[in-house]
Amino acid sequence: MKSSMKRAARFIAFYVALFALWTILALLKIWPPYLFPTPWGVGAALYSGFKDHTYIIAIETSMQRVLIGYAISVVLGMVLGLGVASNKFLEDTVGSLLVSLQSLPSICWWPLALLWFGLSQNAILFVVIMGSLLSVTLAMEDGRKQMPRIYGMAGRNLGAKGFKLFWYVLLPASFPFIVTGLKQGWAFAWRSLIAAEMLYLSLGLGQVLMMGRDLNDMSAVVAVMLLIIAIGYLVDGIVFRGLQRRLQTKWGLIPVS
Amino acid sequence: MNTRLTSSPRARSENARSRLGLVSSAPKAGADSAHPAKVRLRDICLSYRSQTGEQFLALDHINLEVPSGEFVCIVGPSGCGKSTLLHLIAGLHRQSSGEIWFDGTPVAGPGTDRIMIFQEHALFPWLTVGKNVAFGMKMKGMERTERQERTRYYLRLVHLAKFENSYIHQLSGGMRQRVAIARALATEPDVLLMDEPFGALDAQTRDILHDELERIWSETGRTIIFVTHNVREAVRLGDRVVLLTFRPGRVKSEFCVDLPRPRHLEDPEVATTAREVLDQLREEINQSLEAEYAAGTKPRIEPGA
Repeated sequence: MKSSMKRAARFIAFYVALFALWTILALLKIWPPYLFPTPWGVGAALYSGFKDHTYIIAIETSMQRVLIGYAISVVLGMVLGLGVASNKFLEDTVGSLLVSLQSLPSICWWPLALLWFGLSQNAILFVVIMGSLLSVTLAMEDGRKQMPRIYGMAGRNLGAKGFKLFWYVLLPASFPFIVTGLKQGWAFAWRSLIAAEMLYLSLGLGQVLMMGRDLNDMSAVVAVMLLIIAIGYLVDGIVFRGLQRRLQTKWGLIPVS
Repeated sequence: MNTRLTSSPRARSENARSRLGLVSSAPKAGADSAHPAKVRLRDICLSYRSQTGEQFLALDHINLEVPSGEFVCIVGPSGCGKSTLLHLIAGLHRQSSGEIWFDGTPVAGPGTDRIMIFQEHALFPWLTVGKNVAFGMKMKGMERTERQERTRYYLRLVHLAKFENSYIHQLSGGMRQRVAIARALATEPDVLLMDEPFGALDAQTRDILHDELERIWSETGRTIIFVTHNVREAVRLGDRVVLLTFRPGRVKSEFCVDLPRPRHLEDPEVATTAREVLDQLREEINQSLEAEYAAGTKPRIEPGA
C-alpha cells in the first residue's frame, strides 16, 4: 500500500516537473512558437480539434482500421503460428522466412500495397497486417512450444479432438505464453497504421498529423502526437493489463515470462 | 499366495492365470467369452528412435489381462516404461507391435472409456474446479443442466463440493488429485489409468487418498490400472501387483494380494507382501542404478538389505 502510494507520487512528480520544464522553456521564448509550441497552444489545438470533430472522426477512423487489421492478424497469426509449431516442414521453411521478414519495417510494404491495392483502405490494412502478423505468429509458435504437453494429452484423453481440442485446450493453455506477443502485435499494428496514414490522405490520425505539418501548425502537430501516444497507452493499459490480471486470478503465478 | 480369495467387494472370474512370468492367454481376435477381460495386452512392444538415431526398445512383449473391476498395480524401476504402457492403453501413443483390446475391440485411439490420471496434475488452470470436472462431459456434448448435476455429484464423492468455483492454483496438492479423480470419473470410464497419481504428495495426504480411492473403487466398481514405483502403495491398493523389468520393460512377475480390505499402509501383512515384491524389484533397481552410474563407481544395494 505504502509503496504503491510512493510510486504514484513519483509518477505525478515526474510529469509535473516535465510539464513545468516545457512551460518554462516556452516562456523563455528561446525558439519561435512555430518551432516550439507552448502548452496552452497545444491545449487550444486539442480543444478546437475536438470541438470541430476533426479529432473525433480521425480517432474513429484510425481505431476502426487498426481493429480490423489487428483482428485479421491475430486470427491469421494464430493459425500460422500453430502450423509452424506443429509441423517440422513448415518450421524449417515458413518459420525461417517469418524470422527474416521481421527485420523489414512494415512501412516498407507500402509501395507494394499501393501497387496491389491502389490508394485505398485496403492498402492501409495490408500494412497494418504486415506490421503485426509476424509478432503474433512468432508468439503463437513460441506459446505452442512452451505450453506443457500434458494439457494436450489430458484434453485428448477426455475426448477433445480437432477444433474442440484447439479451442478448448490448446488455445487457452497457450494463452499466458502468447499474451506478451499479442500485446507487441498491437503496438506494431498501431505504429504501422499511423505511418501508413501519414503517407496518404485518409482521414485518420496520421493524416491529421501531416495536416498540422502542412499548415505549419506546430501546436496541432504536438496535440496529435499526444493523442497517438494516449490511445496506444490506454489500450495497452486497459485491455492488456486487464487480460493479464484475469490470467493471474485464474492461473495463479504464471510459470514462464 | 496361490489361492485367490474373492475378498474384495466384487466378484471376479477365477481364471487360472499363471502367477509368475508371462500371462500366457491364447488370444483370439475379440473377447474371450469365458474370461471376459476388460483390458487385454498381447505382445506389446514399443521402440523409440533416440535423437542420435539409434533404436532402443522400451517395452518388450508385454502380456497382461485385466478383468473387469480389478485393481491392478504395475510397479517397476523408473525408466521401465510403465507410464508409457498406460499411455498406450489410453490410446495417446501407438505401440510398435502387438495388440491392445478393450472390451474385445482393438484400441485405435483415445476414448473416454479409458481415462488417465496423470503424475502431475493435468488439470486445466484456466477453468474452475467445477468446469474441469465437467470438461469431459462437455466434450461429449452433454446438456448443461445434466453436466452441472453430475459435476456436483462427483465433487461430493471426492469431498470437494465447496470448491466448485475455485481455481486450481488455489487448491493443495491432495485436493488437486481429488479433482483429477472426479474429472476422470465424471466421464463414466470403465477403466481408470492412474500414473503415479500420489507421487508428489506428502505421506499423510497420500494415506487419506489411498483410503478414498479404495472407497471410490468399491463404490463405483471401476477397473483401475495403477502405476507406481512405490511397492508398499501397490500392495496396499492392488488386487494384483505386476512387476516390470528395467529397460526394456518386460513382465517379470505377478503377485496376487489376497489381503482383506480395507487395508492400511502399516498393516504387517502389507509389509510382508511388499517385501516379497521388493526382493524381486531390487535386482531391477540395481540395473537401473548401474545404467545411471555407468561412467563412475556402481553402488549396489545388497539383497535383503
